[in-house]
Amino acid sequence: MQIYLPIAEVSVNAFLLLGLGGIVGILSGMFGVGGGFLMTPLLFFIGIPPAVAVATEANQIVASSFSGVLAHFKRKTVDLRMGLVLLVGGLIGAALGVQLFNTLKAMGQVDLLVKLSYVLFLGIIGGLMFLESLNAIMKTRGGKVVTTRRKHYWVHNLPFKMKFRTSGLYISVIPPILVGVLVGILAAIMGVGGGFIMVPAMIYLLGMPTKVVVGTSLFQIIFVTAFTTLLHATTNYTVDMALAVLLLIGGVVGAQIGARIGVKLKAEQLRILLAIMVLAVCGKLALDLLIQPSELFEIGAGGGH
Amino acid sequence: MRILIACLSALILGVTAAHAKEEVVAGLSQNMVSINATFVGSEILIFGAVKRETPAPADEPLEVVVVVEGPNVPVTVRKKDKRFGIWVNTDALDIASAPSFYAVSASSTLDGSINILDDLRHLVSVNRAITISDNIFTNIDPTEFTEALIRIRENNGTYRLLENNVTVRQDTLFDTRIALPSNLTEGEYRTRILLTRAGYVAASYETVINVQKVGLERWIYNLAHNQPLIYGLLSLFIAIAAGWGASSIFRFILRG
Repeated sequence: MQIYLPIAEVSVNAFLLLGLGGIVGILSGMFGVGGGFLMTPLLFFIGIPPAVAVATEANQIVASSFSGVLAHFKRKTVDLRMGLVLLVGGLIGAALGVQLFNTLKAMGQVDLLVKLSYVLFLGIIGGLMFLESLNAIMKTRGGKVVTTRRKHYWVHNLPFKMKFRTSGLYISVIPPILVGVLVGILAAIMGVGGGFIMVPAMIYLLGMPTKVVVGTSLFQIIFVTAFTTLLHATTNYTVDMALAVLLLIGGVVGAQIGARIGVKLKAEQLRILLAIMVLAVCGKLALDLLIQPSELFEIGAGGGH
Repeated sequence: MRILIACLSALILGVTAAHAKEEVVAGLSQNMVSINATFVGSEILIFGAVKRETPAPADEPLEVVVVVEGPNVPVTVRKKDKRFGIWVNTDALDIASAPSFYAVSASSTLDGSINILDDLRHLVSVNRAITISDNIFTNIDPTEFTEALIRIRENNGTYRLLENNVTVRQDTLFDTRIALPSNLTEGEYRTRILLTRAGYVAASYETVINVQKVGLERWIYNLAHNQPLIYGLLSLFIAIAAGWGASSIFRFILRG
């Protein structure tokens, strides 16, 4: 069934959109990532204009994260206090990110920098996670029980300490705010929720228990992407309501399935799967930059470069 | 000199007079294309007849060229080049105006239907419809950029050259079908019908096809542009409500 999207101004198959939403939703529920880093390139691929894809994806992430976070609230795996601290940083970051985005757009280099940041961030994070979870799996296979002893990170020596009871942490608010700012900037520039960078940062940098990481990151993502959606809607008019609704109907059902699969899998298995996926997307984007494209020219909206 | 001008104008007048005897009477299957939620493109039937008071000239075959042109908008064409091992945008050309849709339908080949002079005068070929602004400060060659623009748009179906696509019956009746793709922009689509004899335009007719969003599509589009903040909040609200609703239904199904 073909459907005409009012803002994107293209006609696409409604079931294709539902299916895409569903697959990305399953991943979103399993890993606590918004799925934007997969969905945004997929939308480009089916012919949605990039500006519309980025803005609408932000709107869709709000909704898919909302149903995901409800599931996590029920299981009490959301650190609200940590979420709020991350959110403060996220809003500052999103505002900065939109400024940066507009500057790059005026220079005509926004595509390149978006792709380069994808390759850089996905490559580093995917690689680190892959090695770390591989190590953990090897140790478990060797018969040893992995003890999760809390390490004393350097970030724990900074001032403005705060107690995060759900995570069992007593750390400075500076690192979570900085993580939030970085995620906010990436959310605005790359059209993603930022879960793929926030989840590892929470585990490896803040030392939060894996159990609460997913729910807390979803909580922060909801508000940062909602803010990004409003910024895009009021400045670029690129949020497509119809596209968002179709993607999220598939997405929320997928997220529910994903959350159930996620509970059954071990943390190491979950992380190695996410790592493989992150590396795959990274590799595809790197190849796009390295291999000579079949069409050297592209058409953009007029009005300066 | 004066005699020459007089001769020339007589010649031109004579030519025009000879051709003014023919007139195009035309119609469209639809003057309005409505874009609704299930819009998948549309096909326009353009038909008409040649009205003439004297017998048709037998030696010069009648050809018909139909041009449908979407709203003109400025675009920027960028070119990629290899820098530091990766492909990046380097040069760019601003094009002041390029039609968002362009279809030329001819009764034979385009070259066989209209000569280069009248093609230029009536701006028929797609490259004549594109206006490059003065890129005074750049030293780049605009030709490869306009060629790229046409090539990309031909590949995605927005620029079309449909040769041997107009049926002419008994030198009088003609009709052609032009498919409009689903990725249409709203606006007025200028439609021209040119009647040619021996490559020269003998008569022409011009009309407009209105392409408009209707119903819910129109409402969403207008709200997004006129009340962006309300639209943004509404998008969030609908997304969250639909998301929450879908997950509740899904849980209910799993339990039941």
